[in-house]
Amino acid sequence: MAKGQGAALDRKKLMADPIMMTTIVVLIAFLTLFILYPLAILLVDSLYGSNGFSIDTFKRIFGMWTFRRAIGNTLKVGFVVGILSTLIGLLFAYVEVYVRMRKVVGGLFKVVSMLPVVSPPFVLSLSMIMLFGRSGLITRFLLGIYDNDIYGYWGIVIVQTLTFFPVCYMMLKGLLKNIDPSMEEAARDMGASRWKVFTTVTFPLLLPGLGNAFLVTFIESIADFANPMIIGGSYDTLATTIYLQITGAMDKEGAAAMAVVLLCITLAMFAVQKYYLERKTAATLTGKASRGRMLIEDKSVTVPLTILCSLGAIFVIMMYICVPIGALFPTWGYRFTPLTFKWFSQVFTRYRGLQAFRDSFVLSLIASPITALLSMIISYLVVKRKFKAKGFIEAVSILAMAVPGTVLGVGYIRGFANGIFHTGILSSLYGTGLILIIVFVVRSLPTGTRSGISALRQIDKSIEESAYDMGADSLKVFTSVTLPLIKDSFLSGLVTAFVRSITAISAIILLVTPSYLLITVQINEFAEKGAFSIACAFATILIIITYGAVLLMNLFIKFFGTSRKQKEVE
Amino acid sequence: MADKRVKEPKGVKLDHISKIYQDPKTSKEFYAVHDVALEMKPGSFVTLLGPSGCGKTTTLRMIAGFESPDEGEIYLGGEPINALTPNKRDTAMVFQSYALFPHYNVFDNVAYGLRLRKVPKDEIKRRVTDILALVELSGMESRMTNQLSGGQQQRVALARALVVEPGVLLFDEPLSNLDAKLRVQMRTEIRRIQQKLGITAIYVTHDQSEAMSISDQIILMKGGVIAQMGTPMEIYYHPNSEFVADFIGECNFLKGKIGGRDGNVTTIDLPAGKVGVTTDKATPPGDDAEIVVRPAAIVIADQGQLPCKVELSCFMGSYQNYHVRVGDTLVKITDNCPVNKKIYSVGDSAYISFEASCAHLL
Repeated sequence: MAKGQGAALDRKKLMADPIMMTTIVVLIAFLTLFILYPLAILLVDSLYGSNGFSIDTFKRIFGMWTFRRAIGNTLKVGFVVGILSTLIGLLFAYVEVYVRMRKVVGGLFKVVSMLPVVSPPFVLSLSMIMLFGRSGLITRFLLGIYDNDIYGYWGIVIVQTLTFFPVCYMMLKGLLKNIDPSMEEAARDMGASRWKVFTTVTFPLLLPGLGNAFLVTFIESIADFANPMIIGGSYDTLATTIYLQITGAMDKEGAAAMAVVLLCITLAMFAVQKYYLERKTAATLTGKASRGRMLIEDKSVTVPLTILCSLGAIFVIMMYICVPIGALFPTWGYRFTPLTFKWFSQVFTRYRGLQAFRDSFVLSLIASPITALLSMIISYLVVKRKFKAKGFIEAVSILAMAVPGTVLGVGYIRGFANGIFHTGILSSLYGTGLILIIVFVVRSLPTGTRSGISALRQIDKSIEESAYDMGADSLKVFTSVTLPLIKDSFLSGLVTAFVRSITAISAIILLVTPSYLLITVQINEFAEKGAFSIACAFATILIIITYGAVLLMNLFIKFFGTSRKQKEVE
Repeated sequence: MADKRVKEPKGVKLDHISKIYQDPKTSKEFYAVHDVALEMKPGSFVTLLGPSGCGKTTTLRMIAGFESPDEGEIYLGGEPINALTPNKRDTAMVFQSYALFPHYNVFDNVAYGLRLRKVPKDEIKRRVTDILALVELSGMESRMTNQLSGGQQQRVALARALVVEPGVLLFDEPLSNLDAKLRVQMRTEIRRIQQKLGITAIYVTHDQSEAMSISDQIILMKGGVIAQMGTPMEIYYHPNSEFVADFIGECNFLKGKIGGRDGNVTTIDLPAGKVGVTTDKATPPGDDAEIVVRPAAIVIADQGQLPCKVELSCFMGSYQNYHVRVGDTLVKITDNCPVNKKIYSVGDSAYISFEASCAHLL
């Protein structure tokens, strides 16, 4: 038996399709150059120095007690944040799916799940400091505590938990909705109490999903740079240690080796999550709910749960609101009246705010359509076509999801500052706006690709096949059938990419040069200096921009979305 | 009118084609289609029939170009087409899920292929209107596809494939999503249109009654190879194996030994008695023999060839359904139009008999 001829014919057919061929080649080149190569160079650099191959660099960094401590800190924070986020997420998800609640509470939930998406990453750290810090509104003025130290371990844990639990909530909500209510009704019918049903049916079914949510949060926490930077104080995590190793100690080899260590940790977690838990989740929860679930109406259950969740939600919302309000007070912590716009005007008059917003805005605006289109093309190729390099393209674009921004940033410094493999080729790329755009694209590509893949899986393969069969070439199939069918998903990918880019900091902060002012970098700088009012003013304007983009997208989908005509019929 | 076709229908030749797949679990390679060789005449209606996993859809997809054969060559109208991509082949396919474009209305769906071929606008309008009239969808041009019923969607899919006047029309189980009544109606419709246009059609189905009612030729497949090919009647009355006989319709198998031979009628000695079977085969007396008799060919009466005992008697409306025991063998009988006939009850003794020409020696 030989598959030779069929494979050869498949190859020939691919060659007869130059657009497809070009796309694949360009994609592979892009992914290799801007994802694989920067990671590879980290490994090469940390193993291969001026005196040949050695593991001296690794010996050196592991000899540093600050680094060893940072590893311990990072894992500890990640573990605790993972557990707390999963539990709070589960509570919210359970209440939403199982408990009858008022519309207002549902609205609160929606806001809570939305906020982390449209906010810059360190907003919660800012408000945490402003509310609970040494001169915090709550600690000092309400409780009269003058020496509350929230910098450090607990600060990071609380802020990260509040930032990441909505992700768990959304994930677990989806899973809970997939549990067929008949199973639980069967258990109830046989005499189990509601608690017993939860512990013997719901929870075991959900267990892999919980593990999944835990690991996703764990990875996010480990990779998080902005929050530990602002609220960590002297409590260093791997991401901040790497940053300081480059900007403070100017030790690029050491930073490269540290980045390798951080990358190994996240990759290992990611591998477990992706190939073990995700599959297990899919295996236990494949069914679609056959019909609606009888919601819990028992007041002794609904009232405490609703109050608990509402309080939590209100607390989170308050934390976010604190930022725009903080920008309005004349001096935070001392004078609260009269409200003033002086910080906002200072953003533009003293601190070159206009340039910062223009640079961030323009770069993100260029990056987002590229990201959206690229991720749709990748998803199309992965879901709908078969060719040899498909596995490679899929693996690399998903691998990028597990790469912390800091690691990528160090990789770009090592990889492009002196040209490819330090030869000087392409070195002109370094320090330009183009490389910032590329980083934006690479950072948002995995999420875009993931949502693109799930959108495309919904579409019957034969719709595209029939266009192909009617005589359309690959480009025509993609533009006349695929793209119109996933227009909504494309649009939301566009906005997600924009929001992610304009709020990005971890990789960017390592690569930005003085010729570009970026909002997030500015906010970080002011927050570190303790100029919270200015940081809040910057952050507020940023939130308005991102929220505006999301609103605009929703309007656009409502009026021009693909599904409009179809929805009218239903 | 749409029935004046400019293009001639094309014949299809499969020259010993095979397709090898890999089992995803054991990663062992196996033949999904093995050494399939056949020729389809231009303008004929050929059905690939078989149980799921027999390779019929793979064969069809190889003709369309979605799969590449690992062995052999496919010819369309005499030209080898192995290396052509699906969009360069003169085929049009009607998909099981219809695969209509949900973002286009009926007119745009049907016009899709013509626009790709850069047909002038007024000609597109004329041809689409004609073809929609042919499938009886006139006036539906501006409907969105999800405003149509299943049967109407099916007609749009058919119109979209027909309008480009392909050399060969491919059907991948097009009726399996319709309810039983509509299925019968649509298959008659497909046959009518195919004959009117004189187009070559290759049709994949697992439904034997569908296959028999529309085909000029049936190719029955099993495990990737052709089990038997022939006209519906040949396959129904002269199956070459137990599998074919059983797949193509309900039937009875009777085992015995070859007895004497008189002209083209061979006597078979069954444990319960002697029966005759018309055959060209000259098998030596004493050999093991197995004959196939369709339930409708058997008559149950007080007198006959083989004694039997009634085990099930069930009124089905247009016929009486019997299961009777002949020796050790269970025999199924459908006794048509039972209104004026004697009805046997469970436990009754009776006789069965059938014409030698209605039985087939395997």
